Amino acid sequence: MEKSTEKAWDVLKDLTDPELPFLTLDDLGVIREIKRNDKNHVVTIAPTYIGCPAISVIEEKIASELKKIGISPIIEKSFSPPWSSDWISENGKKKMEEFGISPPHPRKSDTIGDPLLKDVKCPQCTSYKTEKVSEFGSTACKSLYRCLDCKEPFDHFKCV
Amino acid sequence: MKNNTADMLFEGLLRIADDNLILGHRTSEWCGHAPTLEEDLALPNIALDLIGHAQNLYCLACEIDSRYQNEDQLAFLRLEHEYKNLLLVEQENGDFGNTVLRLFYFSTFMKYFWERVKIKCCFKKLKEFSEKAFLETSYHSKYASQWVVTLGDGTDESNLKMSNAITNLEPFLGELFNNDDFTEMCTQNDFLPEPRSIFDSWKNEVEAILQKGNLDFPDIILKKRGGRKGEHSEAFGYLLSDLQYMQRAYPNSSW
Repeated sequence: MEKSTEKAWDVLKDLTDPELPFLTLDDLGVIREIKRNDKNHVVTIAPTYIGCPAISVIEEKIASELKKIGISPIIEKSFSPPWSSDWISENGKKKMEEFGISPPHPRKSDTIGDPLLKDVKCPQCTSYKTEKVSEFGSTACKSLYRCLDCKEPFDHFKCV
Repeated sequence: MKNNTADMLFEGLLRIADDNLILGHRTSEWCGHAPTLEEDLALPNIALDLIGHAQNLYCLACEIDSRYQNEDQLAFLRLEHEYKNLLLVEQENGDFGNTVLRLFYFSTFMKYFWERVKIKCCFKKLKEFSEKAFLETSYHSKYASQWVVTLGDGTDESNLKMSNAITNLEPFLGELFNNDDFTEMCTQNDFLPEPRSIFDSWKNEVEAILQKGNLDFPDIILKKRGGRKGEHSEAFGYLLSDLQYMQRAYPNSSW
């Protein structure tokens, strides 16, 4: 890797997601590639959802962080292959659970959310006796569940 | 790129983007008004998805036609006859049942549409986009189908409301599957699938869901059309005045 792209990775790896501030963009697998062409650095990001409102904030964050080390990047969105929850690091999934969000399961089908999903663990009391309340939680990437043991509602990150 | 190819790509992108923008706007009108808190989260989330689809498609259109510098110009600064969306998506929301039934019709159509684009499309960036769009529209279709069954198979009153919604939306379904010279050109050039070619897959799925909800499948013949030519219904003027207000009153404003 070229030195300047290595430096760019160094700067960007600690950037956090605006909606999941305990996770870095690196944990989420949103930053796919940093490349240098003739004149510019091109940062490729994979949005978790096409209409994710955090994307413009993420783009601004990346641009302003790189500006600090003298790079003005071109930021490109990539939808192919589409972002997958399988790209979230194990560490990222652990942090998610600590924060009270049930992490996504490994992807088994070509759909969002697993229709046969039964084993969703409550992040509060670790019970598996839980039920889905709604297909959509506080953001498009999560659905809303409740625990039948401790009665707490919680968000479950969909497998995408 | 040859001029007529560029025109085809631009017009094709505009049709899909306008459908998504206008249905996204209609769906967003539910924010703060849905019957339960869960649905008040779900509908704006879906609206956000639809508007996100529109935004990305407008961006692709801007790359093709240099008259437009950014997606906001296409979304907010065109005149009524320049919008090419279906009449179906611009109609007023009606009740919750009517809203979810329209969402079910449209997202099921788009699911099969994107599935075909994924397999074959001469425009690489749209082909890539379709991979993600297919997943999201499938999810919308699933969400809406659950409500169609729940309400159809619910009480006498909810079943009646869903039956009314079927009657209400029926005149606008023909346009969804209508081939015209333009759609034929798009297919000949391996750009977009013909709407008519989606009908059988759509009908199988919609009919099965309606049946589960004790509802009758509507009669689909071409009744009302015009949206694809920029001829809109009365409801559209009011929608546009809402949608465009900020950019018209404060040109070039941004967040």
